[in-house]
Amino acid sequence: MKRLFQCVALSATLLMAGFPATAQTPPNVLIVGQIAEPKSLDPHAVTATNDFRILVNLYDGLVRFKDGTLEIEPALAENWEISEDGKTYTFSLRQGVTFHDGSQFNAEAVKFNFDRMLREDHPFHDTGPFPLAFNFSTIDAVEVVDDHTVVFKLSEPFAPFLSNLAYPTGLIVSPTAVEKHGKDFGRNPSGTGPFKFAEWQSNQLVAAERNDAYWDGAPTLEAVVFRPIADANTRVAEMMAGGIDVMVEVPPDNLAAFRGDPNLQVHEQAGPHVWFAILNTSEGPFADKRVRQAANLAINKEVLVNNVLQGTATVAAGPIPPAFNWVESQVEPYPYDPERAKQLLTEAGETNPKVTFYVTEGGSGMLNPVTMGTAIQADLQAVGFDVAIESYEWNTFLGKVNEGLKGRADMAEMAWMTNDPDTVPYLTLRTEASPDNGGFNSGYYSNPEVDDLLAKARKSTDQAERGMLYAKVQEIVHEDAPWLFVANWVQNAVTTANVQNFKLQPSFLLHLKDVTK
Amino acid sequence: MKAYILKRLISLVPVLFGLSIVVFLVMAMIPGDPATAILGSYATPENVERINRDLGLDKPLIEQYFIWIGNVLQGDLGRSFALNRPVIDEVLERFQATLILAGVSLVLCSIVGLLAGVVSAVRQYGWVDRTITFAVLAGISMPSFWLGLILILLFAVKWRLLPASGMYAIYGGGDLRDLLLHLILPAATLSVVAAGIIARLTRAAMLEVLRQDYIRTARAKGVPERRVIWRHAFRAALVSVIPVIGIQAGFVLGGAVYIETVFQWPGVGAMLVKAISTRDILLVQGGVLVVAASYVLFNLAADVLQTMLDPRIRT
Repeated sequence: MKRLFQCVALSATLLMAGFPATAQTPPNVLIVGQIAEPKSLDPHAVTATNDFRILVNLYDGLVRFKDGTLEIEPALAENWEISEDGKTYTFSLRQGVTFHDGSQFNAEAVKFNFDRMLREDHPFHDTGPFPLAFNFSTIDAVEVVDDHTVVFKLSEPFAPFLSNLAYPTGLIVSPTAVEKHGKDFGRNPSGTGPFKFAEWQSNQLVAAERNDAYWDGAPTLEAVVFRPIADANTRVAEMMAGGIDVMVEVPPDNLAAFRGDPNLQVHEQAGPHVWFAILNTSEGPFADKRVRQAANLAINKEVLVNNVLQGTATVAAGPIPPAFNWVESQVEPYPYDPERAKQLLTEAGETNPKVTFYVTEGGSGMLNPVTMGTAIQADLQAVGFDVAIESYEWNTFLGKVNEGLKGRADMAEMAWMTNDPDTVPYLTLRTEASPDNGGFNSGYYSNPEVDDLLAKARKSTDQAERGMLYAKVQEIVHEDAPWLFVANWVQNAVTTANVQNFKLQPSFLLHLKDVTK
Repeated sequence: MKAYILKRLISLVPVLFGLSIVVFLVMAMIPGDPATAILGSYATPENVERINRDLGLDKPLIEQYFIWIGNVLQGDLGRSFALNRPVIDEVLERFQATLILAGVSLVLCSIVGLLAGVVSAVRQYGWVDRTITFAVLAGISMPSFWLGLILILLFAVKWRLLPASGMYAIYGGGDLRDLLLHLILPAATLSVVAAGIIARLTRAAMLEVLRQDYIRTARAKGVPERRVIWRHAFRAALVSVIPVIGIQAGFVLGGAVYIETVFQWPGVGAMLVKAISTRDILLVQGGVLVVAASYVLFNLAADVLQTMLDPRIRT
């Protein structure tokens, strides 16, 4: 027994000898605290913003979002031409670019990327599944004209095409690496980006080193390390302990503490996100437009974004987030006016409507769904609604909501993040997009005028015209109120004070090329 | 003895087989499927169907199970949907980490629990006993994830003595010292409850033994008190405590699920949490099989140890 004590005492002394040895991040290497381990580093196989944050540093697309905007600029394609009918896109590719594995980037490589995703007969289609490949479902064929020219033939004009190419699903992977690693490509990625993959230790880190040969100027940082820290409290503790240089998605409650710390910098950026509650327009009290408007007037959205979300969101006015600044909408959010809400309920003959409200316990982009759901319930009760909340775990919740609310619920929380104003209304507000037809219009909203506008905006390749069409959509949908319009998320991140040139993008992507430390 | 161990090992087969059926059925019963989890808000029926087809999940449940079990018998645990890598690679990598954490915690809680229990029993109703009993009850009652956060807050954030999370330092780490530094907080957190339970049981067992006639005889013969306690009483008490330590192995492995999440320890527990939430059924199967097998083996080891210590069961 005595010997055991000596043993313990000895090892304790040995341990103490080295203190303090913790919480030092190495110079010129950026440690990023992520919310989860990536699923894969194959950009075509993933759907989560968390994974995109790594991928945009390893790969480039043909085009990309211009710094600080959602506008398109050239990347691996130097320029492009769109045919009159909007169905043929011809890209001239940048010359002399090589993948990290040494193979050449060229037109064949581009064709390989899209064929792998879209053609079931492609020899490497089985390296998927490719869940967001439907973003490119309008592509009929990709044709190689010469080494540096590639043509995309679309089955119909599709305005969001370029912006989909700029999204991570459009990032270009090395065909040689896919051929070499097959299904394990996601663990052995190779792209053309500013950083090249170095190592992935399960649930511990993904490390990437500087690509000295980067075509757009090599980064200053020697390396970037992404650490998954799933528990938000632990992530905050790591930031405070100095174990990470950057932390994304700071919980609202911790943001205030970080703001006051001179050793830390808080970064914020509004993005194309909208948080809303779907209202069941097919039956029950919300079939009446006045009741839907009353619900919108009854919610104190300022309190939600300022108190519940601690200023990490702004009040939403309609389905199109203000981050799409080229959509010039004059629509203001519904004011908080419980008196007017009561009046509308009386007019509709529904002074005490009973509603069932689906609430989720968490999920991508859902912010603080339980507290928000409860606050919304309280506000609705105050004007006479009788609200019963049913809450579900995220995947169960999605299963229920995506099947449509008919016969089950009157309202359901939901949030979307997108890269083009087309996506959300096209998938969730068109008559054709009802759950029976495989769409996300779970509240069965239907307005032929909106259907027409969306169809037109989708075909137009004139940005200004599209801006006007979406502004009109915003106005009509706001008036029809098929949702409770609640919030647009302002994403945030915290960095230590010595991290320079760190910038969040409205696309929710995280470009680290220009960061120094 | 050998025959006994062999028999126990063989009994592992039906246990694991039955367990795999239960896991399969439960995973099939909970709403949501891997395709919905992968697609998130993009889960249209059409997309779900496409992904399910790619993953081979469009086949009937029974057929899926038999394909899986057939592959397992050939040593292939399949591929994880969510991680897109072979289940066996992920599980083995993760299980090493869990084994280190759970093993160290088990040793730690055994030492602390046994010591506390013996001291408590010897000093029954004295202030040492009262202090230990109070500490033990506090330890048992404390939610471990909360204790974990408090320890992080104190040792990592406030005093900056220990790393807050992870298994190795991101840079320049990787040696034994680095591992031990990272191990202190999670292992301490994980052992608190188990140590408390072992302490309570050891105290009861010791009190029982100390009342026996042979102890009185030993004392009467003039055997030194230290020898009476450790040689005569403790050894006898240990026989009844060891199976409990075996059971605590299960607790420590189970507790690893949330402790690993709090400390971002790259083990099987944290893996299972994520695998269940993404409906990654093959990964859940792989993880559960490994955890269950090791639980059975831990208990077997405890039983063997008990047999060796207790002359009555030997033969």
